[in-house]
Amino acid sequence: MTETSASAATPASASGSRFVNIGERTNVTGSARFKKLIMAGDYATAVEVARQQVENGAQVIDINMDEGLLDALEAMTTFLNLIAAEPDIARVPIMIDSSKWDVIEAGLKCVSGKPIVNSISMKEGEELFLKQARTCMAYGAAVVVMAFDETGQADTKARKVEICSRAYKLLTGIGFPPEDIIFDPNVFAVATGIEEHDRYALDFIEAVAEIKAACPHVHFSGGLSNLSFSFRGNETVRRAMHSVFLYYAIPAGLDMSIVNAGQLDVYDQIDPALREACEDVILMRTPKAGGDQTATERLIELAESFKGKDKAQEKATQEWRTWEPVKRIEHALVRGIDAHIVDDTEEARQAIFARGGRPIEVIEGPLMDGMNVVGDLFGSGKMFLPQVVKSARVMKKAVAHLIPFIEAEKDANSKAKGRIIMATVKGDVHDIGKNIVGVVLQCNGYEVIDLGVMVPWSTILETAQKEDVDIIGLSGLITPSLDEMVTVAEEMQRADMKIPLLIGGATTSKVHTALRIDPAYTGAVIHVLDASRAVGVASQLLSDTQAEGYIESVAIDYEKVREARAGKGKRDVLPIADARANAFKPDFADKAPAPMQPGLHVFEDWDLADLRETFDWTPFFRAWELAGTYPAILDDEVVGESARNLFEDAQKMLDTIVEEKWLTARGVCSFWECHQDGDDILLADGTRLPMLRQQVEKSRDRANFCLSDFVDPAGDWLGGFAVGIHGIDEHIARFKAAHDDYSDILLKALADRFAEAFAERLHQHVRTTLWGYSPDEQLTNEALIREQYRGIRPAPGYPACPDHSLKPILFDLLRAQDTAGITLTESQAMLPTSAVSGFYFAHPESQYFGVARIGRDQLEDYAARRGVDIATAERWLRPNLD
Amino acid sequence: MTPREAFEDQASRRILITDGAFGTEIQNWKLSEADYAGDLDLGHDQKGNNDILALTKPEVPEAIHRAYFEAGADIAETNTFSANRISQADYGAQGLVREINVASAQLARKVADEFTAKDGRPRFVAGAIGPTNKTLSLSPDVNDPGYREIDWDTLVDVYKEQAAALVEGGADFILIETVFDTLNAKAGIMAVRQLEAELGREVPIMLSMTLTDLSGRNLSGHTVEAFWHAVRHARPLTIGLNCSFGATQLRPHVKVLSEIADSLIMIYPNAGLPNELGAYDEMPATTAGFVKEWADAGQVNVLGGCCGSTPAHIVEIAKAVEGLPPRRVPELAPVTRLAGLEPFTMAA
Repeated sequence: MTETSASAATPASASGSRFVNIGERTNVTGSARFKKLIMAGDYATAVEVARQQVENGAQVIDINMDEGLLDALEAMTTFLNLIAAEPDIARVPIMIDSSKWDVIEAGLKCVSGKPIVNSISMKEGEELFLKQARTCMAYGAAVVVMAFDETGQADTKARKVEICSRAYKLLTGIGFPPEDIIFDPNVFAVATGIEEHDRYALDFIEAVAEIKAACPHVHFSGGLSNLSFSFRGNETVRRAMHSVFLYYAIPAGLDMSIVNAGQLDVYDQIDPALREACEDVILMRTPKAGGDQTATERLIELAESFKGKDKAQEKATQEWRTWEPVKRIEHALVRGIDAHIVDDTEEARQAIFARGGRPIEVIEGPLMDGMNVVGDLFGSGKMFLPQVVKSARVMKKAVAHLIPFIEAEKDANSKAKGRIIMATVKGDVHDIGKNIVGVVLQCNGYEVIDLGVMVPWSTILETAQKEDVDIIGLSGLITPSLDEMVTVAEEMQRADMKIPLLIGGATTSKVHTALRIDPAYTGAVIHVLDASRAVGVASQLLSDTQAEGYIESVAIDYEKVREARAGKGKRDVLPIADARANAFKPDFADKAPAPMQPGLHVFEDWDLADLRETFDWTPFFRAWELAGTYPAILDDEVVGESARNLFEDAQKMLDTIVEEKWLTARGVCSFWECHQDGDDILLADGTRLPMLRQQVEKSRDRANFCLSDFVDPAGDWLGGFAVGIHGIDEHIARFKAAHDDYSDILLKALADRFAEAFAERLHQHVRTTLWGYSPDEQLTNEALIREQYRGIRPAPGYPACPDHSLKPILFDLLRAQDTAGITLTESQAMLPTSAVSGFYFAHPESQYFGVARIGRDQLEDYAARRGVDIATAERWLRPNLD
Repeated sequence: MTPREAFEDQASRRILITDGAFGTEIQNWKLSEADYAGDLDLGHDQKGNNDILALTKPEVPEAIHRAYFEAGADIAETNTFSANRISQADYGAQGLVREINVASAQLARKVADEFTAKDGRPRFVAGAIGPTNKTLSLSPDVNDPGYREIDWDTLVDVYKEQAAALVEGGADFILIETVFDTLNAKAGIMAVRQLEAELGREVPIMLSMTLTDLSGRNLSGHTVEAFWHAVRHARPLTIGLNCSFGATQLRPHVKVLSEIADSLIMIYPNAGLPNELGAYDEMPATTAGFVKEWADAGQVNVLGGCCGSTPAHIVEIAKAVEGLPPRRVPELAPVTRLAGLEPFTMAA
């Protein structure tokens, strides 16, 4: 059950943005430059500031004209009217920011979308507060609520919680939509030397978590610059404090911040001593280092050594310029520095050219490597969205520089082989993948018409017809893009087009293409797994001799996929009430006792040699497309020799992995008191785990299973676990750099085996020792692999529990990010990729099953139990609805 | 039952039908300038001021309402698209705004009640408010993008004057239609909110956006989704699209809107695209065939026609969707939906 490749049936998640990056350069109180421009009446340049903000990735722009010498109302109106005329600025929502209500209302009269008002509070009493809130509702605006009441600004956690809860009650009482409330519980300066201030950061973080639990659907915002106020002049320390603060505040619930991306550091790259000192201050810990100093004293002392380091820093900043170009490019990508990227890219290109390479290799090599580093850091919560957006920009600049060279190379090959449209579909803005495919195609002699991002189907079809193109290529990274691709296919059908349609991008899959897109269009529809396949696919499609055969083979392949799907669950679905009446009823007299060692168990470094002994090798060979069961496969007539060679190489690499300790196996498990509540499992702490029940009609004596059936309604225990294999990246990078694909795949496949073995061994440890319900279990490895033990460990996203979106709940319970270093992407994939997670059920009669097809009635019921709307549930459970 | 409850009750049972175009029907009467002007003595040529007929030739709009109800309509939209202070100023009739709207609503109310009395089926009157010819979001002067011909407060007053008169004359709802500028629509919503406060009761709003390009944006640049985010606070009884294009061009945008909006969906397209002579020649059965696709896909609650449509179109549309189930209004998750020209949704 390893998630190496995102399962084809995986629907991705919530398309919403997680951490919202608010542009702060168009604020006269925050930007001296902007203030100067506005004071001088230079609105044209001021508009350019706004444009840059949006180009640099601001998702909302904050506009503030509060300056004593300025007619703020006039300036707000003028500026908002001007940017309304700029589609590339006006596309994002506006935050109207002022301490003067008349300025806010003047702003509301100019903004045509749905803005955010920043801010209102109970400072002058409930009556005015509610009047202003009602006005915001009448204009249609979300609102930032400062934690401020009649007696003053909330400083302690208790006050923050008290004020925000009161404001929430008042607002929802007048029908204000809770999702349109954004609390700002006040970030105050810490490490001021005044003891009462020591708790400020921690109070903020804890208050956010508490308010979030008490006030459903609200959001949180906070300005960072106050936090580090006592270190003004010492940018190194300030940046470090901001990053450490976000690292802890975001998981607590902070979801937007007015922040300058340039004032953040990559969490991992902060000087470790400084980072620890910042953490001590922010989390109010007693420092380990520095004798009996307080956290503040320790940070102040350390700060001294970073003081004036802005100069030293500058030197260090310059130092990277002396590195070799490849390292420089990585550094520039991670730090989001675009100043030298064109020069560095050019240098790398010349170096590659000198050894006979092609310009495209700069992209495939150093640029992609750098972006992978960025992706890993972001995935593990150590880089924040604003920084990632900057990195993407650096990447784009580099690619832009290379394109003319790639084009020139193509011209040398004379006439274009074909004309291809590339577009990221409407609703999606991800284009790095699409650009790479475009570049790869261009350097292989195809003419590419790049329509950019957010392209509506009408533009795609119009261009296709006007330019007489040969192929249309669609790209998308987020889930809703899948539906949009179906729309494009439907429209191509309606327009009676015949040309092939290529589908690519991270959430796309062969199965989705076969099931949803291909049937919508009678022309060829081909899923392209990655950029490297694009050329092969295009050349076959445009070849006079191969096209027909190729298209047919793909069509047959997709038909098979559809048949395989259709074969399942064609039987009638029972009404959910009937399915429940036929629930499985184990004998709860046999249920497992309470765990011997309850609580959370963390394993920071499980012995790799031990895991190696428990490997299940059969799937390993399957990954290499060698069919057969281990160990018989080694003597197989057909594949035996290949299998033996592969096995030998694997053993060699395993020796090195274990000896040199390439990998670290980290895991966590825990047990929770619970009871069955209908189809839900309700934990003692109130966490609800809704499960799905089989609804297909069963033959007489088979039950309609649901995982909750295995849990005693009168009280029982449930376990959960997550394990992950860390440390693969540097080795993969090394193999990649050496263009050693074989070792690359081998290592990944072995890492998957380690993850599976770890899950198996941990489960055994749980059965015999931690939960201890089978203390005397003695099983051979074969018996282990055949799961001849008592209890099961089903995972969210797999047949018995098909909803991937239960994973975040499991991970929260396990604190999996802190305890095992495993995080979830927005589509609920685990990082590192070799990872396994699941629930433990201990009842002897518990067993694996597939939920399979469910009815509309259960979907609606489940959505209600899960607290999501039906469309969301539908998206997650789509494979179970067909 | 309040008019809102009655309407929602009807809409939960079947697809409702609104009426079609007035302009084309009025042309059939071949009215002279004198017919329009009546004895108002306004000192301006009144020809083409269709809205003033409520005062000068009320039998014309009355007959048209009757024709649409006979064709199967559940809703009459008052003949007041331009009956606001700004548009009427072109005819020197700005002083008659209240009279025109009160009279128009009374006409529609009278015919609606007459039909309800006949067969017991509720008929509704939607007081129609056009966008005016001024826009809050755009400058008419390309060299001065910050300039505006009108300001928010003035436009709110203009809309409020019209809405108050429509409600006074008996309109059940205020239909803010042909929205080419989202900010104008927001001013319309504000006007109705102020009116509600004065009347001490709800005045339900119907909203209808008009697209100016095929990719699905209106003149102020909002996508269909962004428009929805920007006006959802109106808790509109219906939200939808009208005018600009025929059903074929609106199709993808109807789909989008039906998926994201937790209001009833009302669509009334033009009868195709105009021909070289500016006339609409899409046959009633053709239009009906197109709009039926939406009904089949469960995407609509109210259907009707805009420019070029006739009672014959409404007959065919009503026939085509009779007995088909109406769209079910989805429940939306409570997530934060913001918008610039494009939508922006924050994760829960």
